[in-house]
Amino acid sequence: MLAIKNLHAGVEEKEILKGINLEVNPGEIHAIMGPNGAGKSTFASIIAGKEDFEVSQGQILLEGEDLADLAPEERAHKGVFLSFQYPVEIPGVTVTNFIKTAINETRKAQGLEDMPAGEMLKKIKDVAELLDIDRKFLSRSLNEGFSGGEKKRNEIFQMAMLDPKLAILDETDSGLDIDALKIVANGVNKLRSKDNAVIVITHYQRLLDYIVPDFVHVLMDGKIVKSGTKELALELESKGYDWIKEELN
Amino acid sequence: MELKEKFISSFLAVDDFIDSHGPIYDIRNTAIKSFEEKGFPTKKSEAWKYTALNSLLKNELSIFPKQENAVELKDVRKYFLHDIDTYKVVFVDGKYSSFLSQTTHDGVDICLLSAALSKDKYLPVIENYFNKVAPNDGMSSLNTAFAREGAYLYIPKHKEVEKPVEIINFYTGVETDLMLQPRNLIVVEENAHVQIIERHQSLSSNAVLTNSVTEIFVGARAHVDYYKIQNDQKEASLIDNTYIKQERDSIASVHTFSFGGKLTRNNLNFYQHGEHASSVMNGITLIEDTQHVDHNTLVHHIAPNCTSHQDYKGVFNDRAVGVFNGKIYVEKEAQKLDAFQQNNNILISDKATINAKPQLEIFADDVKCSHGCTIGQLDQDALFYMRARGIAEKEAKALLMYAFANNVLESVRIPELKKRINKLIALKMNVQIGFDL
Repeated sequence: MLAIKNLHAGVEEKEILKGINLEVNPGEIHAIMGPNGAGKSTFASIIAGKEDFEVSQGQILLEGEDLADLAPEERAHKGVFLSFQYPVEIPGVTVTNFIKTAINETRKAQGLEDMPAGEMLKKIKDVAELLDIDRKFLSRSLNEGFSGGEKKRNEIFQMAMLDPKLAILDETDSGLDIDALKIVANGVNKLRSKDNAVIVITHYQRLLDYIVPDFVHVLMDGKIVKSGTKELALELESKGYDWIKEELN
Repeated sequence: MELKEKFISSFLAVDDFIDSHGPIYDIRNTAIKSFEEKGFPTKKSEAWKYTALNSLLKNELSIFPKQENAVELKDVRKYFLHDIDTYKVVFVDGKYSSFLSQTTHDGVDICLLSAALSKDKYLPVIENYFNKVAPNDGMSSLNTAFAREGAYLYIPKHKEVEKPVEIINFYTGVETDLMLQPRNLIVVEENAHVQIIERHQSLSSNAVLTNSVTEIFVGARAHVDYYKIQNDQKEASLIDNTYIKQERDSIASVHTFSFGGKLTRNNLNFYQHGEHASSVMNGITLIEDTQHVDHNTLVHHIAPNCTSHQDYKGVFNDRAVGVFNGKIYVEKEAQKLDAFQQNNNILISDKATINAKPQLEIFADDVKCSHGCTIGQLDQDALFYMRARGIAEKEAKALLMYAFANNVLESVRIPELKKRINKLIALKMNVQIGFDL
């Protein structure tokens, strides 16, 4: 589904990603772990098309198509979803109206009519139930005054509504207490299918108890330096990252 | 001959158009003297520091159209609020159009000023109210001296006007270099209620300058909502002077939507003469190219226990220039006042300008006055967030601007008008999302 080949990227003179290779197949969950400043969030933003970063080398292919020249919205229309580490507050736009606009803009780009209002309402209701979201929450301004946990749950709500092929969850676990974490993880698990894939970016192994990855990758200094299965996450949790640095030297 | 001298001598020459026995003969004579003394405002005056009229005040300007010009309903229908029934007072090149108007004398008077000035039964109202709140600055005096026509609304006590009143001034462009002087007098007595929509609309690309004066008297417990739609052609300029006198427990609100025109200057003054009066002024300015919109507001708090609330949002693209000059003047008797003023601006382009100048003069010692002013750009993080969710850049920008202006839109009390303004904004931003925030 997603193939990243020798990806180099950065801002102006500073290279942040220094040759990343990653292959994600449909139905798989990949976890990317690593210390602060390794480039994890940059990696997520670049896949989503953030224009502040410049890709100097390499390719990002989604189902064989190079995403290089596509705007963020075009990538979204093709099924890429990024759950933000810091979701942005947009006063004056309600959660419901935002997601309606996002869904119908995506449908428009795909040559479809607007989703019928009844269908939209039912979907909103079902997803809100799945994620244990209070209906009142949906008529509030997007992320405005939300707690950290509410913001993250709202990200997963949008993900469920947009039903992406590739979801990238950037530190979705930060700011969540254990109950919220379980609800979010449960939501992600229910949305899994053999046709979609998830990349989970996290500092801690904790989330991976609930969203169990098929592969775990360690990102350090702009490169994936080690890959393994879920046991690698447990090892990182108990031993930290220094042993990997030593191994590399 | 300079324009000022030309106007003064034309006043003398056309003295016969004023009925010398008429009720406002003396007022006009005083006004022309006042204009002679003060002349046109210049950038030297503090209140006009950021807005120059020089380029508009061409010597060829003339106040009186030479002929009557008609317009077809089909050409102007779109400028009316057609999905609801309204009263209409319509002028074409400064002359009343009975064909396009729908007036009434049924319990209330919604008609024309020229009629009110010429009939004895209106004399008491004219004597009590005409030119009683307008100041004697140069532009208002010029209007007072020459104005012949405008809307006349008299709403007696306890009357609620059941449908909105549209006051529309069309300009055909058949004659160029006209300087129109519309004059509205609106008297709303105790506990009466009226909603008014005002529009100046040029129908061609010829230049026109309008110097409009509106006086509004809001009686005790009366309620007036006034909406100004300024979405004129690129060569049309407007100097709007609106003066509102409020008695106790009255509510007056003015919304100004400035989306078009070449140069627009809004002088909007509220005078609170009674306790517990409430004044609201909201505005959305959305301009581009080299358009210029200047909001010059004054709230004069004279009585205690009053409130005033101002919320002006501005979005400026290309080389557009905005001015916000908001003055709150609190007399020492005006204790327990709650005054709020907010002015937020977004500059879309590096070449756009906003000059924002809040002024508070407070002589009372027990008041609550707050004001805030921001100048910023569209939030790039918010734009990326929305785009990453599939909303294209243009639509995302539009949605952010809608959200920015939403407070003001929400406070429009006529749903059809709100819809109309929503559409105007969408058209202006060239998007087709039916926002429903």
